[in-house]
Amino acid sequence: MSHTFTLDGKTIPFTEGQTIIQAASAAGVFIPHLCYHPEFKAHGSCKLCTVKVNGRQTASCTMRAAAGMVVESETEEINAERRALTQMLFVEGNHFCPSCEKSGNCQLQATAYHLGMMSPHYDHFFPNRAVDASHPEVLLDFNRCILCSLCVRASRDVDGKNVFGLSGRGIKTHLIVNAKSGQLADTDFTLADKAAQVCPVGVILQKRQGFAVPIGARKYDKAPISETAEEGR
Amino acid sequence: MTATKKLKVATTSLAGCFGCHMSLLDIDERLFALLEHIEFDRSPLTDIKTCSPDCDIGIIEGGLCNAENVHVLREFRKNCKILIAMGACAINGGLPAQRNHLPLTTILEEVYHTSPGLTNGMIPNDPELPLPLNQVHPIHEVVKIDYFIPGCPPSADAIWKVLTDLLAGKEPTLGHGLMHYD
Repeated sequence: MSHTFTLDGKTIPFTEGQTIIQAASAAGVFIPHLCYHPEFKAHGSCKLCTVKVNGRQTASCTMRAAAGMVVESETEEINAERRALTQMLFVEGNHFCPSCEKSGNCQLQATAYHLGMMSPHYDHFFPNRAVDASHPEVLLDFNRCILCSLCVRASRDVDGKNVFGLSGRGIKTHLIVNAKSGQLADTDFTLADKAAQVCPVGVILQKRQGFAVPIGARKYDKAPISETAEEGR
Repeated sequence: MTATKKLKVATTSLAGCFGCHMSLLDIDERLFALLEHIEFDRSPLTDIKTCSPDCDIGIIEGGLCNAENVHVLREFRKNCKILIAMGACAINGGLPAQRNHLPLTTILEEVYHTSPGLTNGMIPNDPELPLPLNQVHPIHEVVKIDYFIPGCPPSADAIWKVLTDLLAGKEPTLGHGLMHYD
């Protein structure tokens, strides 16, 4: 039996155990995603990578590829749902792109461009979460957190430190720092940690590095996120 | 081709910095081509103070930070067939909305009473001054907006693309490079 499925009509090969997004990424086909990272176990929370498999919606980062699957991804119906999810992420945080150092290199922003998001559509929450500037090298702005848990997984699975965690339930879910004081300075977190490099938005920022790359030369200025799919991120 | 009636375009800046209007002027000589199809109604460019009741397109820069902003926005919605939100402030509150996590009284105290260099400062209370809102809001939270041009400011090319798409009767779109939130 052939190890292939179709994705928007294109034949995609896969190996046993690969998820749809892994196989698509290996074949150079981009599926929008935020909480998925090729180096970590899938979290399946952001739902941006939702595709239709044989007519039913599922997250492509958790769904194993199977022979003969008919997968739809870049359809107006699915992208409209992805756009609505992205709009919700924008209004739940304070995503003021012009004043964010991550702008131009931000996966959330680039995904919104890819989806043609012209406005946030919903009413803004304008949250007021404390910023943690206690660490000498790193600033944490929790107002931009989209709860992708990439820093949680990187710190736990790669750095072996468990610096970050998600706490609370539902709309009150929020990112916390694992220290008695709750402050990053009271952990063994360093800039060399994997967790310092994976934030897809502007929560974990290196201090004294603001706006280092001029507008026009930043990652997603040069190419849309769909063309960096070969990096798997 | 028969001559068609020019479209009436009104523009205004609410809680914004006028950067989006500067970008509109950055359309440069293409403004002459635009003026063959449109005429400006209420706008800082004409200094007309109120919208004509038959405006075709209203372009709003800036968010809502006081009662007058809300009044002007409602006037635009009432008088314009198509309303466009131009720039980050109109779309998500932008820079002015970054005061939203501070209580308004704290801000007024800091600005007029306790900041260095002020002596005997008083919080302005002239009845002609519009009352500030507790928080700055994007304009789509108050009236229906038909189209959005993101950016801080949007580039002249992005504004040109949206306006010329509309004039051509097409749904406006911005591709890679023209769509920017910063």
